[in-house]
Amino acid sequence: MNRPELQAMGERERERQQSYRCRLLCCASTPCLSSGATAVIEALKQFVKEQELDADVLVTATGCMGPCSRGPLVTVQTRDLEDVVYEHVTPELARDIALAHAAPEPRALERNLLAADSPFFAKQKKVVLSNSGLIDPERLECYVARGGYGALANALREMTPVEVCEAITRSGLRGRGGAGYPTGLKWDLVRKAPGTRKFVIANGDEGDPGAYMDRTLMESDPHRVLEGMAIAGYAVGAEQGYIYVRGEYPIAAKRLENAIRMAERRGLLGGRVLDSSFSFRIDIRIGAGAFVCGEETALMASVMGRRGQPSPRPPYPAQSGLWGMPTLINNVETFGNIAPIIDNGAEWYAAIGTDKSKGTKIFALAGTVATTGLIEVPMGISLREIIFDIGGGIPNGRAFKAAQTGGPSGGCIPAEHLDTPVDYDSLRRLGSIMGSGGLVVMDDTSCMPDVAKFFMEFCMDESCGKCVPCRVGTVQLHRLLEHITNGSATPRDMETLEELCVMMQETSLCGLGQSAPNPLLSTLRYFREEYQAHILERTCPAGKCTMDHVPPLEQGAELQRRSRSTTSDSEVS
Amino acid sequence: MSVVTLHINDELVSARSDQKLLEVIREQGIDIPTLCHLEGVSDLGGCRLCLVEVQGSSKLLAACVTPVQEGMSVYTHSERLVRYRRMILELLLSERTHTCAVCVTNGHCELQYEAAELGVDHVRYEYLAPQLHLDASHARFTLDHNRCILCQRCVRVCDEVEGAHTLDIMGRGANGRVITGLNRPWGECVSCTSCGKCVQVCPTGALFFKGSSVGEMEKRHAFLSWILNGRERKEWQW
Amino acid sequence: MSIANKQKNPPAKVEEVRTDPRYKLVDRTLKRFHYQQDALIEVLHTAQEAFGFLDDDLMIYIARALKLPQSWVYGVATFYHFFSLEPQGEHTCVVCMGTACYVKRAAEIIATVQDEFGIAPGETTADGKLSLATARCLGSCGLAPVMVIDNQVLGKETPDTAITQLREVIATPAATAATSAATTVEPQEGPQP
Repeated sequence: MNRPELQAMGERERERQQSYRCRLLCCASTPCLSSGATAVIEALKQFVKEQELDADVLVTATGCMGPCSRGPLVTVQTRDLEDVVYEHVTPELARDIALAHAAPEPRALERNLLAADSPFFAKQKKVVLSNSGLIDPERLECYVARGGYGALANALREMTPVEVCEAITRSGLRGRGGAGYPTGLKWDLVRKAPGTRKFVIANGDEGDPGAYMDRTLMESDPHRVLEGMAIAGYAVGAEQGYIYVRGEYPIAAKRLENAIRMAERRGLLGGRVLDSSFSFRIDIRIGAGAFVCGEETALMASVMGRRGQPSPRPPYPAQSGLWGMPTLINNVETFGNIAPIIDNGAEWYAAIGTDKSKGTKIFALAGTVATTGLIEVPMGISLREIIFDIGGGIPNGRAFKAAQTGGPSGGCIPAEHLDTPVDYDSLRRLGSIMGSGGLVVMDDTSCMPDVAKFFMEFCMDESCGKCVPCRVGTVQLHRLLEHITNGSATPRDMETLEELCVMMQETSLCGLGQSAPNPLLSTLRYFREEYQAHILERTCPAGKCTMDHVPPLEQGAELQRRSRSTTSDSEVS
Repeated sequence: MSVVTLHINDELVSARSDQKLLEVIREQGIDIPTLCHLEGVSDLGGCRLCLVEVQGSSKLLAACVTPVQEGMSVYTHSERLVRYRRMILELLLSERTHTCAVCVTNGHCELQYEAAELGVDHVRYEYLAPQLHLDASHARFTLDHNRCILCQRCVRVCDEVEGAHTLDIMGRGANGRVITGLNRPWGECVSCTSCGKCVQVCPTGALFFKGSSVGEMEKRHAFLSWILNGRERKEWQW
Repeated sequence: MSIANKQKNPPAKVEEVRTDPRYKLVDRTLKRFHYQQDALIEVLHTAQEAFGFLDDDLMIYIARALKLPQSWVYGVATFYHFFSLEPQGEHTCVVCMGTACYVKRAAEIIATVQDEFGIAPGETTADGKLSLATARCLGSCGLAPVMVIDNQVLGKETPDTAITQLREVIATPAATAATSAATTVEPQEGPQP
């Protein structure tokens, strides 16, 4: 396929879509599927068949629309009406919706409507997710109809690899995996690295609990990731790419596999991409459940079929990665940003966001917040806007306590910092990180030492065991937190705890160990009085911890106290 | 091979550009502790005892895996580094059961030696003391997991020098264990050549010759440089 | 070395395991990756899917096919959570312990299931009916707390609903992972020589 053929394909698909009077888009992403979207899609298809509306009504299973807690979601596009979104759709309601919209005089139902101008949608800016929820992820034509693979065609024809790298650098895009390394710089390093073979890897091993941005992107718009990777391959001189998909995401893997096959068949991937001299193949590698494989050197070990243990850097993957060849590793979401940058220009992209953090970021909003789901916001938006405007605030009349960003490598941000703009550097200053984009909101029933213990247990289980500070340090920190939350800690334990945290940050081999103390340190920084209440007063302010132990040295006194109280009880009785 | 110059503890020294920092530091007669490093096999960078401060780097770097660079300025014994080294040893001592008084390598143990050198006289952390088994199924050697510090010297020497790869690590994190074959009794492993290299390079009493009593197990790994010089550096001309 | 190996490991055993049709699935993956050693994780995935768990014979078979040391295969298989070396129960219940589920008190669900069936996460009941496991995050945080019974994702659970659903599932007989894999093998056997 060449460029005019690609454009013709998009044109044909657009015409096909416009020939329908009404399009019913039903979200078929994992959260909606588990709340019953399959039955809804079946009901709609059944309805169309019964009413013989095949030529007028199109039912499409799409990717994620955003407000996952309100699923199953159905978007209706009618020729003369505004697009409307229905929430909590049941098969019965689906028939009603179809009936109302497919009628000769289409109208919207009054029930279960999710207003398009609600803050949930109004405050978002969709760049990476611009197709998500609007296209059928299983059909290449749908992606092409929305301008897909145009950026790749453009880059191959109009730009040299150097120019592509320059464009990415000028756009100010930073890695979306968490650390925020400038993407353009990384590409340039791999491009300049000497080597006969080079590789591109998309990191889709989204291990942070509470984060599912990468999965949604891979499920909802797989071709966008592939296109980003192909452009990267052209820019750095690689002919082989790998997508490392987390083992827990079978649907994402299936859709990617399908997408790769379709793109190869049409000549958009594989040998001689779009009739140019550039060839690029992509293979999928399925992870097998190891958080540490999100670390780039561990991920490469896993791609090569080994134990996913990180190795010391330098050498960096850009010099010596897969099989010792220069390798470019970027997050899936980073690759999702590439096509819009090439399409709209670096300057357009650089105008979004803040001075140092450009563009948009996808967050998975979860926890105790009214509407949970997937959102894409411009960098620099405040946490307050995300939680209270987009998320609709804390339900059940409870008070906001903290927002956890960055998963087990991040930290908890308290209410007094709600107005901080969300960007790489501000979050780092607060002792947290942007991370891959998990944002878990906690209300006042959460106990912070308990939350810290939860994350430490995670890191303890996920530590690969290669270096001593992380392998033993996480176990010891977990023990200390257990003492704090069961009431047997002493003030001395606090000192040990803090000293061990700093030591782990400085001495661990990889990012997992270096950042494992972050949740603990950030809760210590903002909620120290809670730790002190646990240790000095032996009470849990949130009422979550059992506090049924006593410090070893006080056990004698405790026994005496108990025996005295039982004797005094018996005297009374 | 070009020569680079760098500062180690404010002393100007020169080194070959393909050298690692650890080698250069030791050439200067500076004593720097290591446990996972072993001359003759590849480096792991896992014990973190050889961490050094390099000016201009925000992170501490493990000297065994860091290549030398022109103009580097390295500090090997700052107050912070010594404190961290002590803490790492404390962590190692707390991880399994290291009761020197009844150990076959008492007096010849590298872990014990480094702890004494750094003045670790007590451990502030809780002893985890998991009850692990002891594999005495091999005719000549015994593997006691309770003394293992997971330095992987045995794994690397078995793979890289002997070429058998009978040993590996299973599991992860604190649950990691050295395994023989398919985690079967060592005596049943057909790939093991019973060469004993793993026993000789083990820094603690985790691997020892059968029949050794307390303090009797002395290890020697001079054979490694003999093999390495002969094989890799082509000293063997016959 | 190869001669010694052959003598010590009589080929009869290899022949014997090959008769199991599920090995064909493993063979197919091995072929697809041209017996390359870096495909070990992919091969283990297929093996686990076909057999439900990885036993020693299976790992020895894979190690031989890829010419990898047995300890290497075992080390990789135990490094990753996904691979199980023990047979799984007839039904599996996975409770998500991601942050969002944790904040919404998934721990209470686990505790209740644990009390009810007397198994801790990672264990199987004595009658082989139910395996309980925890997951790091299933990525359905909008529906927290989430649990998965026999690959069906269930959201917004409470300890009570969890127990009711589990009792229902256990009461109805279902195909085990291994037999369901075996049944999917059979139709695919045709084109194989």
